[in-house]
Amino acid sequence: MALRRFDLDAGGESFAFCAETEPKIAFWLAKYPEDRQRSAVIPLLWLAQKDNQGWLSEPAMRTVAELLDMPYIRVYEVATFYTMFRLQPVGRHHIQICGTTPCMLRGANDLKDIATDKIGAKMHVSDNGQLSWEEVECLGACVNAPMVQINDYYYEDLSAASFADILAKLDQGEAVAPGSFAERINSAPFGVPTTLSEEALYNGARLIDSLPNLLTEEANPAADKKKDA
Amino acid sequence: MLQDKDRIFTNLYGQHSPGLEAAKQRGAWNLTPDMLAQSPEWLCNQIKTSGLRGRGGAGFPTGLKWTFMPKEVRDRPHYLVVNADESEPGTCKDREIMRHDPHLLIEGCMVASRAMRAHACYIYIRGEYIAEREGLEAAIKEAYEAKLIGQNNINGWDFELYVHHGAGAYICGEETALLESLEGKKGQPRLKPPFPANAGLYGCPTTVNNVESIAVVPTILRRGAEWFAGFGAPNNTGTKLFCISGHVQRPCNVEEEMSVTFRELIETHCGGIKGGWDNLKAVIPGGSSVPMVPAEQIIDAKMDFDTLRDLKSGLGTAAVIVMDKSTDLIKAIARISYFYRHESCGQCTPCREGTGWMWRVLERMAAGEARYEEIDMLLEVSHQVEGHTICALGDAAAWPVQGLIRHFRHEIEARISEYRLPRTIVQARRARLANRPVTRSLEKSAVTSEG
Repeated sequence: MALRRFDLDAGGESFAFCAETEPKIAFWLAKYPEDRQRSAVIPLLWLAQKDNQGWLSEPAMRTVAELLDMPYIRVYEVATFYTMFRLQPVGRHHIQICGTTPCMLRGANDLKDIATDKIGAKMHVSDNGQLSWEEVECLGACVNAPMVQINDYYYEDLSAASFADILAKLDQGEAVAPGSFAERINSAPFGVPTTLSEEALYNGARLIDSLPNLLTEEANPAADKKKDA
Repeated sequence: MLQDKDRIFTNLYGQHSPGLEAAKQRGAWNLTPDMLAQSPEWLCNQIKTSGLRGRGGAGFPTGLKWTFMPKEVRDRPHYLVVNADESEPGTCKDREIMRHDPHLLIEGCMVASRAMRAHACYIYIRGEYIAEREGLEAAIKEAYEAKLIGQNNINGWDFELYVHHGAGAYICGEETALLESLEGKKGQPRLKPPFPANAGLYGCPTTVNNVESIAVVPTILRRGAEWFAGFGAPNNTGTKLFCISGHVQRPCNVEEEMSVTFRELIETHCGGIKGGWDNLKAVIPGGSSVPMVPAEQIIDAKMDFDTLRDLKSGLGTAAVIVMDKSTDLIKAIARISYFYRHESCGQCTPCREGTGWMWRVLERMAAGEARYEEIDMLLEVSHQVEGHTICALGDAAAWPVQGLIRHFRHEIEARISEYRLPRTIVQARRARLANRPVTRSLEKSAVTSEG
C-alpha cells in the first residue's frame, strides 16, 4: 500500500474543466446506466488531471465529486487509492520508469540513475518545469524492457544512451516520438520475426462458408430453444 | 511446433492494419451471424470441447465458467466484463491483441455475450494503456459504424460494448476488485460468495474473462473445437501467447502450441539464452506470482498448466521471465516483494503487513545482513500470508518467496556468511568477481545492495 496525500498548498482554491473537455465528460457518462453514474469517477478524475497540468488537486477532486453527486470522501478514497492520480505538481513531461523485475533484469536501474542524475530526486520538478520522474510498478511491456512512460505513451527498448538522449531533448522542449528504440517491430523478436510470414493469412484465403460442428449438433438447437423458453 | 496457418493472432506484431477491412481479410467477423444464431448451450459446449482454459492465470475452463450464468434473464441484465487490466509483471500479451487485433476481441465479446445471454459488455483496460485504449475505442467505433454491433445490428444479437479504464492498481486484475473499480470505488476485492455469476457488476449476473480467452473464441468456432483441442497435451490444449522477457537474446511475444518445451520455445523464437544454455540459472514461467523453477528442471519441461504445477510452479499468464547466472536472485525476488507491498490493497492484515515485512527482510538478505534463522522465519511468515486473505494477492506475494527459499536457500546462506567475513576478504572476493562478465546494471545493484 502506498500512503498518498494531496498537495493542498499547490492546489489553490478552485478548478474548472476546460471547455474542450465537456464532450469527453458526456462521452464517459453515457457509458454507464443512469443510476450508476459514479462508475465514471476514474475516467473523470483522469480528465481533471489532464486539465490540471498533469496532476490532481484537491479542488479538482471536489469538482468531480459535485459533477457526479458523490460525497467528497468517496472520491477522495478513489483519488488516493489509484497511483496514476498524482497528487502533487509534476513536470510538463512526467516520466514513469518501470522498475519491476523484468525491466530491472534488463537495466531499469541504469535508467533510474540517469533520471536522478539529470532531473533529481523522485517527484522533483526540474527548474525549467519540463521534467519530473517517478518509479512505477510493471507497465506491461515486459518484452520491450527496459521502458518508460512519458505522459501518455510508451518508450521501449531503451538503453542508458537513448534514455539520456530523450531526456535532453525533452528538456530543450523538443518532441520525441514514442515507440521502440531498438531495431525491431513492436514486440517481435529483434531482426526478422520467426513467425507470421505466410501470405495466405492476409489475403482472405482463410475465409470459410460454413461453421464446422453444426451438422452433428443441428438436431439440438430446437430442443435447446425449448429449454430456453 | 505451431505453423503460421494455425495461428489465431495473425497481426500480433502490428505489421498489418488493425482496421476493420484488414481484420476481415484475416478472418475476423467471418460467419459471426451463424455463431450468434446458435443456442448458448451449443456455444458453451463448443468451448468446453475445445478444452480452452482461462488465459488470465488461473486456468479455469472457460466454457464451464460460462455455464455458471443463470439460464434465463430475469429482472437483472447479464453482463460480460473483459479483464484487460494486464499488470502481472512479465505479461504483455493482451496489449498486443488490443492494439493490433482489436476486432478479434470485439467479435469475441459479442459471441461470448450471446453464450451468456448478455447484451452489454465492459472492457476494463488498465489506465496506463492509453494508446491501446485509443486503438480499441477506434475499432469499436468502426464496428458500430459498420453496424456489426449495437442495436439492430447485422449480426442479429443486440449488443453494446463499452471501454472503461482503471488508474494504476494491480489489484484491479482480481475479478471482484475489478468490478468494485468499475462501479467507481477503490479496488478492494469482495468476499465470495456471492460469486459474480450471481451478483457481479451492479449486483447483476456477471462473468469476468481475460482478453485472450475471449479473443480466441470466434476462431475456435470457425476452425472447430477439435482443431483447437488438437494442440498441446491432454487437459492443456490450444495455442497460447507467450511473453518471453529477461535474459534471452531476443525477447518477444509469440503464439505457440501449448505444451511446447521450454528449450524449443527459447531456441526457436528467442535465439537462446544470453551466454548459452549453461548460463541459465532460473525461470519464472508464469508471471511474477508463480514460484521460480531452477534451470535443470525447466529446460526440458513442457510449458503447460499441469507440468508446471507438478514442478511446484504454474503457467499463470505464460509470462516467461528468464534469469541467467549474472542475476542476483535474492535481489530479483526482493523487487517482486516490493511490487506486492506496493500493490496490496490494504484490506486484509496478513497481506498489508506481511508483504511489507517480507520485502524488508528480503532486502536485508540481499545485502547479507540477516541471521540464518530468519530464512525459516521468512518461510513461516509467507505461509501465514498464504491462504489467509480475501483474494489471491496474498498467495501471489508468498509464492515467489517460497520458490526462492525452496531452490536457492544456499545462496541466501552464502550471502549471509559472506557478510560476516572480515571486510578485507569480502573486498578481495568482490574484486575477483568484478572481472567476470556481468551486465552493468546487475553489477551496480550488487554493489549498492552490499554497500
